[in-house]
Amino acid sequence: MVNTIYLDNSATTKPLKEVMQAFMTVNEQYYANPASIHAMGVESNDLLMRAREQVADILQTEAKNVLFTSGGTESNNAAIFGIAHSNTHIGKHILTTEIEHPSVLETVKQLEKEGYDVEYLHVNQDGVISLDDLRTKIRKDTILVSIMHVNNEMGAVQPIYEAAKIIHEMSRAFLHVDAVQSFGKLAVSFKGEEGPDCISISGHKIHGFKGSGVLAFRKKLKWQPYALGGGQEFGLRSGTVAVPQAVALAKAARLAVETMKDRATKYRQWQNEIRAQLEGYGEAVHILSTPQGAAHILSFSVRDLKGEVIINAMQKRGIIVSTSSACSSKQTKTSHVVEALHLDEHYKKGVIRISFGAHNTVEDIEQLKQVLAEVIMELKGEIM
Amino acid sequence: MIWKEILIRYGELSTKGRNKMDFIRRLRENIRHAFADLGHLHIRTERDRMFIAIESEEQMQTLITGLPKIFGIQSFSPVAACEKDMESMKQLAITIMETFKDEQHTFKVEVKRTDKSFPLESHAIQREIGGYVLPQFQNLSVKVKQPDIELRVEVRHDATYMMAQVIQGAGGMPVGSNGKSLLMLSGGIDSPVAGYLMMKRGVRLEAIHFFSPPYTSQNSLEKVKVLANELTKFGASIRLHVIPFTEIQVLIKEKVPSNVSMTTTRRMMLKVADQVREEIGALAIVTGESLGQVASQTLESLTAINAVTNTPILRPLISTDKLEIIDIAEKIGTYETSIQPFEDCCTIFTPASPKTKPKLEKVEHYESFSDFDELIERAVKNREVYIFPKKEEQQQDKFADLL
Repeated sequence: MVNTIYLDNSATTKPLKEVMQAFMTVNEQYYANPASIHAMGVESNDLLMRAREQVADILQTEAKNVLFTSGGTESNNAAIFGIAHSNTHIGKHILTTEIEHPSVLETVKQLEKEGYDVEYLHVNQDGVISLDDLRTKIRKDTILVSIMHVNNEMGAVQPIYEAAKIIHEMSRAFLHVDAVQSFGKLAVSFKGEEGPDCISISGHKIHGFKGSGVLAFRKKLKWQPYALGGGQEFGLRSGTVAVPQAVALAKAARLAVETMKDRATKYRQWQNEIRAQLEGYGEAVHILSTPQGAAHILSFSVRDLKGEVIINAMQKRGIIVSTSSACSSKQTKTSHVVEALHLDEHYKKGVIRISFGAHNTVEDIEQLKQVLAEVIMELKGEIM
Repeated sequence: MIWKEILIRYGELSTKGRNKMDFIRRLRENIRHAFADLGHLHIRTERDRMFIAIESEEQMQTLITGLPKIFGIQSFSPVAACEKDMESMKQLAITIMETFKDEQHTFKVEVKRTDKSFPLESHAIQREIGGYVLPQFQNLSVKVKQPDIELRVEVRHDATYMMAQVIQGAGGMPVGSNGKSLLMLSGGIDSPVAGYLMMKRGVRLEAIHFFSPPYTSQNSLEKVKVLANELTKFGASIRLHVIPFTEIQVLIKEKVPSNVSMTTTRRMMLKVADQVREEIGALAIVTGESLGQVASQTLESLTAINAVTNTPILRPLISTDKLEIIDIAEKIGTYETSIQPFEDCCTIFTPASPKTKPKLEKVEHYESFSDFDELIERAVKNREVYIFPKKEEQQQDKFADLL
């Protein structure tokens, strides 16, 4: 087996050494339950408070508006159910996009069964919603709009700040932003007058740990708790708080934001190089990611070729990439995101996603370019 | 950077006569103290206003966020400066008015020409600047009498100064201008609020807390330290006297019938506090008592408790409702700390049914069988004193490389 190069960072990332170090130290020294009243408990509660404040500072909100969760899926579920269930006095109308992550789509489908009225915003070929479409669909009784910041399958960036302005002008709805793919790559926070009301973040997408996430609010919302028990996390989400995970996430978030500019420049450079190479194959390759999209994701598809074939061929040469979305890549049907883009049938079979992370180097990218060339040449016989 | 200084207008002290200079000096010291992190500030004082020289944007931001907490300031304004030529002055006027572009406002330009050698007269300057600014902002309309915004331009010898924004201060009087009192700080919601209100009237505080280990935990003491530290944000350092109170409480529990034990406990606390007050040279004792809130705060109880001393006891919350107190606590940032559920000396040994109308003679009679005075002496002598604001805690650094 050749030395492996991991380029599937949108599926998950390898935790940074510093983050693992912090996680270990917290488990060794501050393992007491933060709800205990003895000195050790008080100490781990202080540490938890510091972690919460740090995340709050990064997102420009107050510590009391930051909830530690088990990850992006839980954050999305909690936000959508929470806002929907506590605002029925205003209405039951919900807007989201057709290319959201399943943790949003399945949740609104469930709400539909409960009698909510859900509508979907369409995207254009670049995977971006239209603000006019939003203006048309938003109503006085809209209570929730959920829009992902960066799409996980092809990197399209949604105009969430412009959307926020429209939403707040035309309705009393809350804007929930799934920032799982964008946090640490693009600026996203509660800064300024107009923006999201609620943001989901996941630890394992920013070189932190799986099983850790954040749901943060612009200001305190009155909600029904969704996990009952000891009343932790301001009573909303009971269960002994995982201090090590919270600390690790706070650290990963800080490092992600601190290195954001440099990484963005690096990723964009790599993305442009690979894009130029792929464009050289003409009709044989279709690139889904646009230059306006996120810098860390590049999705493309090879004409009439199954994604799996390409993945296997690249894997043999030591490069790990994925088909459009890891969560659904085991499924045989075309992903809902690819469907929404209305691709030509020839390009629907296999979308390949390359996604960069903090551990990637220039050498990795050189190797990738070489392997891409080899693989496409080798399989080109079938294409033509 | 366009900013030159911050102009501060005094609060109530504008009305004071001969003591005015003391007030101003006090305010200046409090400002220096509150912004010690910024290094040495250049502060110029005049009879009815004060100027802080600005050296950087960050410094400006820190001052703008911090000044509204300091008592004795009615309002303040960031002042900008530029070259003495009409072009720069017009540009600066635009920059300053940018601040107000989000809402409709009426405005006027007010010009003062200290440097009479400046070629244009005040009226001409006013017309030039007004005429230049107005068309560039859709949201402004001119109003000469009582406009929302007054853009003040002053052509001095060294430069042209300009300001428009007026930020409200906390009012009140500079802490320390009205002597010193001792605050009985329990760790509950009320006492920090009482302390804050006294500080607002210019009273310098020291605080006293009764600590009964092992019945009360280190946590409850830490909580009180945090509260004392919170109060220092309003412009003065605070000393906290922690009284070892276990002996006295245990003796009361053993010797005094349970339904009057609460009254006696309060009486002993007040005796201790009064001795500490005398030692530190404070004039009065401040409590967070609010009439009728609990058994010890009925008029009868207050009378029985108060009987141990002639020292003035100031109760700024006496007529305030609990919800109003909570509002203030939330506003000043002590509420979250106060509601942490740790036992303190007031909540342990609480009798099931304390008397709401204790009779003084009876209470005195029960107390007469024990010698409390010796224990009080000892408690006062063995107190621990902490000074706030605390320097950055060790703790901060302990967690630093984890986060």
